[in-house]
Amino acid sequence: MPSLAKVAQPRTVHEVAQLVIAAGPRGVLARGAGRTYGDGAQNGGGTVLDLAAFDSIDLCDDGDVIAGAGVVLGHLVPRLLDRGRFLPVTPGTRWITVGGAVAADVHGKNHHVDSSFGAHVRWLDLLTADGEVRRLSPTDADPRLFHATMGGMGLTGVLLAARFATIEAPTASVRVTTMRVDDLDRLMALMVDNDNAHRYSVAWVDAMSRGRRLGRGVLTLGDHARPDEVLQARRGSGVAGGRLADEPRLTAPQVPVSPLNRLSLAAFNEAWFRRAPRLREAEIVGIAPYFYPLDAVGGWNRLYGQGGFLQYQFAVPDSGSDVVRRTLERLSALRAPSFLSVLKRFGPGRTQSPLSFPLAGWTLAIDLPARTPGLGAVLDQLDEEVLVAGGRLYLAKDSRAVPATITAGYPRLGEFRAVKNDVDPRGVFVSDLSRRLAL
Amino acid sequence: MSDALDRPATILVLGGTSDIALATVRAMRSPALSRLVLAARPSPARDETVTLLESEGFSGVEALDFDAADTSSHEELLDAAFDSTDLDVVIVAFGVLGDQQDFEDNPDHAVEAAQVNYVGGVSVCLRVAQRMRAQGHGSIVVLSSVAGERARRSNFVYGSTKAGLDALASGLADASQGTGVHVLVVRPGFVHTSMTAHLEAAPLSATPEQVADAVVSGLRRGSTVVYVPAALRVVMSGLRHLPRAVFRRLPI
Repeated sequence: MPSLAKVAQPRTVHEVAQLVIAAGPRGVLARGAGRTYGDGAQNGGGTVLDLAAFDSIDLCDDGDVIAGAGVVLGHLVPRLLDRGRFLPVTPGTRWITVGGAVAADVHGKNHHVDSSFGAHVRWLDLLTADGEVRRLSPTDADPRLFHATMGGMGLTGVLLAARFATIEAPTASVRVTTMRVDDLDRLMALMVDNDNAHRYSVAWVDAMSRGRRLGRGVLTLGDHARPDEVLQARRGSGVAGGRLADEPRLTAPQVPVSPLNRLSLAAFNEAWFRRAPRLREAEIVGIAPYFYPLDAVGGWNRLYGQGGFLQYQFAVPDSGSDVVRRTLERLSALRAPSFLSVLKRFGPGRTQSPLSFPLAGWTLAIDLPARTPGLGAVLDQLDEEVLVAGGRLYLAKDSRAVPATITAGYPRLGEFRAVKNDVDPRGVFVSDLSRRLAL
Repeated sequence: MSDALDRPATILVLGGTSDIALATVRAMRSPALSRLVLAARPSPARDETVTLLESEGFSGVEALDFDAADTSSHEELLDAAFDSTDLDVVIVAFGVLGDQQDFEDNPDHAVEAAQVNYVGGVSVCLRVAQRMRAQGHGSIVVLSSVAGERARRSNFVYGSTKAGLDALASGLADASQGTGVHVLVVRPGFVHTSMTAHLEAAPLSATPEQVADAVVSGLRRGSTVVYVPAALRVVMSGLRHLPRAVFRRLPI
């Protein structure tokens, strides 16, 4: 059951400052678009700031963007594409805000090449507990507050705006190579071999398949397409270019009983797997279907019914790559209905930021219905394996870890706390997540 | 804050030595549980319960002095319980069963039972609800009884105290809609506990573990009322509608 907070919608920096200074014992938290899977954007009994009014977008001549914290990436992307630019990093949905991207230091399919969002941020405007606005940059003499804020889940202050770099995107399409792979070992080997040749790389894994087919999946490797490639593709087969609809094409209804069960999802995963080609090279795909496939179905999360779902996402170094296999083994043995899961290689993490999630190696993300019998105990065991392998859980996705798991996975949590304590000695900025995990 | 799997991190038991409450905290136990407060009158039984739970591996077990009948002490007690952390689940488990004949012979004893079961229940339920609303989340589990649903000749004093508590808790459940607070009213039939050991078991009796499982699943589903065993819902619905002249003559 979600917690209840007062939501305020400040329109000016002054109003934000007043709300922060007037914060009661339950504190304040800024919230983005509310897409976090766990309780990171909730503050039970306290105040939650909706910064939707901070939606200014300024496209600079050097290709940078200055965006308000409330800017939704999905509204920024079309304007960038008009100029032949694209987000330096984008997660799997475009309906998150710039503030959320900073708070979670989000990563995308290009992490192995381009790192996470924080690597592209020039500066942040952060309103701290004293009501002052500080401009923070990674080149500051003391960049600790900047780095604590990147990935800091909104606990260092209220982000007002950020300036970040963009990348070149000559068209609104991506040139994609797709490979269907029958088992996990081959899939992981292919990813190791091919990743560096492509800007984008991600594998969708069938988390319900077992035995010899365990971890079968579809690897997609992508690069921004050149105009001549798009033209050629249009002439040949009439492949769509970069359609980027604002609204989802379908909307999932609120359902009393979830239609997602073991049989329906196993059938879906099977059909999806069979539909993928063994090997297809140089297909031209629009930005939206490539980066944001789930955005095509609005409110897809509702399909899980009242019981809801959770996502388990961890990162482990290469030396712990067998944790990926064991996770799929354990979770497929639960016979939980699970949509396609995501497997991806990470490049080096941004070690400057104590709470930034990515670390060089592998990350796996699996959606699971929360009411799956036995799920809690299995995930608790997997936490142990992730930690032993030197890995960690993603705070932006977590909804069930215990404090010790986070402390062990983020060995520099103490540094984060020191910076936070310095800038927010009263502990004004809190969330249900920070209380649950004693951050 | 309970996690996405409905596992509480903190639990307060009011009536901390109750068999049903102990079975319930065992059923709610997980690595997420970090604090368990047992509020009860200071007694060897309370100390033994703390020791027992610690020997079972529970961590963060605390005992607080609590007298259900002394409502003037409840504000301070609950301030102490809510002081260091949020409380995710509060189990209102205290109560006295008494003896019907004794209640009729000694009305003072009946008043004392009402003071504990009903007046004490009013006092803690409302105070806990206030604090949970302030924290924006939490679940209150109130142990009622089918005895309160329609008072029977054989134990109507006890039944009336539970009827009052049940009405209070049901109303509080409605009043809590949309506040982040969830109230679960638990209506067991005869439960095999130390409180009922001297009595002959009634039909459709239950164990404390069955009550505990019903509480856990009721919280997960967001139910307002659970019967234990579940079949009692139908039985009680029948009994409720029996003509009084017939109900009075039933051997129950």
